[in-house]
Amino acid sequence: MSTTANVSAASGRRFAGRSKRVLPGFGLSLGISLFFVSLVLLLPLTGLVLETSGMSWDQFWFTVTDPRVVESYKVTLLTAFAASIFNGLFGLLLAWVLVRYDFPGKRLVDAVVDLPFALPTAVAGITLVTLFSESGWYGQLLSAVGIEVAFTPVGIVIAMAFTSIPFVVRTVQPVLEELSPADEEAAVSLGATDGRVFRKVIFPSLWPAMVTGVALSFTRSLGEFGAIIFIAGNTPYVSEVTSLMIFMRLQEYDYAAASAIASLVLLVSLVLLFSINLWQGRYLRRLEGH
Amino acid sequence: MASQQHRVGDTPWIRRTLIASALILTMLMLVIPLVVIFAQALSSGWATFAENIGNEYTLHAIGLTLFVAALTVPLNLVFGTSLAWLVTRFRFPGRKLLITLIDIPFAVSPVVAGLLYLLLYGRNGWVGSWLTEYDIQLMFSWPGIVMVTVFVTCPFVARELIPLMQQQGTEEEEAGVVLGASGWRIFRRITLPNIKWALIYGVVLTNARAVGEFGAVSVVSGNIRGQTNTLPLHVELLYQDYNIVGAFASASLLAAIAILTLVAKAFVEWRQSRPEHPAPEKGGV
Repeated sequence: MSTTANVSAASGRRFAGRSKRVLPGFGLSLGISLFFVSLVLLLPLTGLVLETSGMSWDQFWFTVTDPRVVESYKVTLLTAFAASIFNGLFGLLLAWVLVRYDFPGKRLVDAVVDLPFALPTAVAGITLVTLFSESGWYGQLLSAVGIEVAFTPVGIVIAMAFTSIPFVVRTVQPVLEELSPADEEAAVSLGATDGRVFRKVIFPSLWPAMVTGVALSFTRSLGEFGAIIFIAGNTPYVSEVTSLMIFMRLQEYDYAAASAIASLVLLVSLVLLFSINLWQGRYLRRLEGH
Repeated sequence: MASQQHRVGDTPWIRRTLIASALILTMLMLVIPLVVIFAQALSSGWATFAENIGNEYTLHAIGLTLFVAALTVPLNLVFGTSLAWLVTRFRFPGRKLLITLIDIPFAVSPVVAGLLYLLLYGRNGWVGSWLTEYDIQLMFSWPGIVMVTVFVTCPFVARELIPLMQQQGTEEEEAGVVLGASGWRIFRRITLPNIKWALIYGVVLTNARAVGEFGAVSVVSGNIRGQTNTLPLHVELLYQDYNIVGAFASASLLAAIAILTLVAKAFVEWRQSRPEHPAPEKGGV
């Protein structure tokens, strides 16, 4: 029917939207999804809100500004920052090498990048502390040059970096794969140096994906627990992370204090999560708009 | 012209330097740690390794871990598939919010996840105190472990399926509707063959995380040896008892599952990248 060709793009989209309702299962999938999301995700969150709202403001403030807890915020933020910056660079390097070059062992490298997501964090924790302790393979070499990693904040950075290695690689890799070679080849043939072409042509397309990866890595590092507690040494005021502070309050059965600190941590994680999603949405839409 | 083919980083010395640094860092950060797990597990010989695995408490931890995974995976399979179907096949208000909500477990610290469940279902909790009257205890026993594991692993299947189903569109399924097929038949005959590999990988990831969750389980388990100790908790317990070889023996089992997960991923990617090869129809499988 030739008249359908006149349908404008906008109403075409609306038509496509309506035709989706042709498929069965809306009620069933909506029912299962809402039931699950409410019961598994949202209901437990209300428990925390209830517990925290039962505290007076002074009590809450006193708990979350306890000097030892405040020190744990600093340690956690600084180490998570260092770990995600390291992963930004390491991730870019890995993504670049995996997309641009062929070399023996490439498939193995590509596969092993995901190891930190597949390996339980407790296993990562005992492995890293074994490697970096004074008698370990790495620890021996490092202590010879006077660097101590195990039971210091540097150990926390290593544990955080390990558990979030895949984020930057897996966000940058697809963007790098889809980058059209035309602009790059034109710039190179006009005599621009590699460094200049990378900065002016390639990096502008990569950085939004890099920011996403680094932000995901940072979010994950803020909450990490299993991999850290073994290697951190957990010295008060020096190498205690915030998730450990929550865990310790729980072991003392001080649920109110644990909830107060947890609500702060949860707030930060949720803000980060929503920001990353907004950022990705904006960035992806810009890509599709091309 | 050869110079037209030149791209950034093609200069031999840059190329070699980048590849070498990537390989060295991968060795140091990923491969050697993996090797260390097995080297430590076997450092006192195979006999000790077998003894460590055959230990009564280790066997119980393995059993409990498998039991938790066996309950968690099917639940999240049903949820993940339903959610992916919902958000990729229909437009409705709140759709984007729903997609963001299922990422919550990725953003929340495992310790906070455990705490959320403890507050609600613990003895003094809102729901827990009511359950206590009926002598039902969820926390510090296996149901609590299953509950937090379901929480922690619920995004994986949906996250694998959503991009794929979005990309595949709905035309084939709509054709099925026009031809009068039932919803279940459309799903089984049209959707399922298309998403099979992503679904399998989603299940593998869910399983890997369910088997290995530490922080959240640690909060709600109560760590009773031989009762509520999962394999990752058992690893911690042995390590803190200075039984390093024993800890690594249990850890090596978890590392083996991790390696299988990576192999499964490589296999799924290989299957998906192959040119269209209609798999032979086998209805019941």
